[in-house]
Amino acid sequence: MNCRSEVLEVSVEGRQVEEALLAVLHTVLLHRSTGKFHYKKEGTYSIGTVGIQDVDCDFIDFTYVRVSSEELDRALRKAVGEFKDALRNSGGDGLGQMSLEFYQKKKSRWPFSDECIPWEVWTVKVHVVALATEQERQICREKVGEKLCEKIINIVEVMNRHEYLPKMPTQSEVDNVFDTGLPDVQPYLYKISFQITDALGASVTTTVRRLIKDTLAL
Amino acid sequence: METDLSSQDRKDLDKFIKFFALKTVQVIVQARLGEKICTRSSSSPTGSDWFNLAIKDIPEVTHEAKKALSGQLPAVGRSMCVEISLKTSEGDSMELEIWCLEMNERCDKEIKVSYTVYNRLSLLLKSLLAITRVTPAYRLSRKQGHEYVILYRIYFGEVQLNGLGEGFQTVRVGTVGTPVGTISLSCAYRINLAFMSTRQFERTPPIMGIIIDHFVDRPYPSSSPMHPCNYRTAGEEVGVTYPSVEDSQEVCTTSFSTSPPSQCVFTVTKAHFQTPTPVVTDTLRVPLAGLAFSHQLSSSRLSYQPAVLGLGSADLAYPIVFTAGLNATHPHQLMVPGKEGGVPFTPNQPAHGAQADQERLMTHTPSDGIHCAATPTSSEDTETVSNSSEGRASPHDVLETVFARKVGAFVNKPMNQVTLTSLDIPFAMFAPKNLELEDTDPMVNPPESPGTTSPLHGSLHSDGSSGASSGNNHDDFVMIDFKPAFSKDDILPMDLGTFYREFQNPPQLSSLSIDIGAQSMAEDLDSLPEKLAVHEKNVREFDAFVETLQ
Repeated sequence: MNCRSEVLEVSVEGRQVEEALLAVLHTVLLHRSTGKFHYKKEGTYSIGTVGIQDVDCDFIDFTYVRVSSEELDRALRKAVGEFKDALRNSGGDGLGQMSLEFYQKKKSRWPFSDECIPWEVWTVKVHVVALATEQERQICREKVGEKLCEKIINIVEVMNRHEYLPKMPTQSEVDNVFDTGLPDVQPYLYKISFQITDALGASVTTTVRRLIKDTLAL
Repeated sequence: METDLSSQDRKDLDKFIKFFALKTVQVIVQARLGEKICTRSSSSPTGSDWFNLAIKDIPEVTHEAKKALSGQLPAVGRSMCVEISLKTSEGDSMELEIWCLEMNERCDKEIKVSYTVYNRLSLLLKSLLAITRVTPAYRLSRKQGHEYVILYRIYFGEVQLNGLGEGFQTVRVGTVGTPVGTISLSCAYRINLAFMSTRQFERTPPIMGIIIDHFVDRPYPSSSPMHPCNYRTAGEEVGVTYPSVEDSQEVCTTSFSTSPPSQCVFTVTKAHFQTPTPVVTDTLRVPLAGLAFSHQLSSSRLSYQPAVLGLGSADLAYPIVFTAGLNATHPHQLMVPGKEGGVPFTPNQPAHGAQADQERLMTHTPSDGIHCAATPTSSEDTETVSNSSEGRASPHDVLETVFARKVGAFVNKPMNQVTLTSLDIPFAMFAPKNLELEDTDPMVNPPESPGTTSPLHGSLHSDGSSGASSGNNHDDFVMIDFKPAFSKDDILPMDLGTFYREFQNPPQLSSLSIDIGAQSMAEDLDSLPEKLAVHEKNVREFDAFVETLQ
């Protein structure tokens, strides 16, 4: 099937990068997470409960909602932190992009490793601007807050289209569709990666693939 | 149409829509409470969390929603609407948003009710959670408190968007197709928030303690009253208990099947759900600074921290008094006074005696037509009152509803018309001064360089006179008492207000009030060369100093 791809662009100040990315990623994952599955007899299953919590941003006039899962939050923060460091160290103009990819695993016969087939990719292009005065920063706080509101509305719009979602798996297949490693919620299998682009627009320097909870090399 | 849908499916669908509507209202109202929401995930299904989302059920809100729905479901032409509005402390109100849950005729026959519809409704609720933080009213509701409060109203029927002003915008949260129609959730919100700044405030300041009828003539005399989006536990002392979960005693334990769709198994067990009487007696914290309450609900772990008392800062407390019950005889009157367990108010500075009254928040205890019978001074109240730092407000004081008519900072009021007696306005000291003195302020309008032979002379003189006149202008304002913002009086013996008063009229600088006869211009000019010589000697120092500035 075709992979859906959505691109969002944000222009932020250096210290807003993390929060802006977290807001977008958490909003997407909120929609792409369910409660933990508990399989019972005869192929039926019940679903746990997903808690939600508000997060206020410190550098942006914005609040977003995320699932109440500390592990998931930690994983995202780690990835975003690495992206931010890479962005800072790259020198360049502060252009980079982060991708959140939802995929399904397809078992292959030995000796081939499992295939990862993405079905939805969210890409956030980040452009870092440098501001000189405090007043500009204050304006930036508000502006970025408003922009993020628009992004959230865009994300919700895409989610609302009810396009392809993997079928609910049987117990044996659940790990091919969902990330069952978290104790409290169950997002679809996802990968986060990022690229730093230099001024020429080509993806140079390092393309770092960050694999989270994904057994790749078996 | 309905023949295609099995009766079990139809029943399930109706139940889903009903609980979806109730949860929608909960999400919207909770998002406008002014606080951050936090609920916990649970890996094992508890059976009472509809749509697999941990959304707390505030009983009063559920009660209001059910009352509005009166057993019906959203259908074509009958939408469920939640109206969010803002009400200032002066009594002005303005509609901010209307959230509409509508149903249209477009049916999706192929969809599986127990599975796909349920999951999509769950997704729609998540979208609603995200969108409620994104509209402008969210930021307003986070800052509600002394100057304004956010109210909600639920009604069922035709959507009325007239109150939103011109140019309102809409955002679509999402749609879910079902075999009986397409459910659609959207929000229309006002973008023209300018009315408050242009209002003329011509009223006299209110007398403290007056009961104000909060509901001005509503264009749509609907029977549903406005409720503040703040929350307080229900009147437990009198035994007014709202069922903490849906009173139909239905539990949604849903199991899903991974087998082919034809074998979809969906069970909803009608467990005998023990509705715990809201166990709030031991956890009740009568809101003192307006922030404290905790509500025991079996499946929720939502708790609100009690406010730190005694800080008295205007931006601290959000009023958390929830008016639930409505007096049946006066549907438009918000409060039913005469119930115990009222909220003791929080004075800003306990030591400031009389001003403490000013900080009363809108308080109410729901009684829903039940006469107050229980003792006003329940043990919890006294307990919590004594826990407070001031420990003096008695619940008796709040039997009637009062409204803090506090004028916020920077309100554009012609200060001349308002005596500052019972208003505590931050920076009030400076507001009248600015208005009055702008014309005479030598900084704003520099004195004309006079054509006289002694220009220096002339300007000094005008400064002096304007200085003197500015001193007089202070007396036009009668300041009976003054409570400065952000001041605590427990540290220094001299408090900020006294300090302001003492140094309000500083004496003129001696250099500006030179006696005219003492010195003449000629003498000044004569002394100039000497001064220049001295300065030239120190030219290196000056250069070094200038270097450091660059």
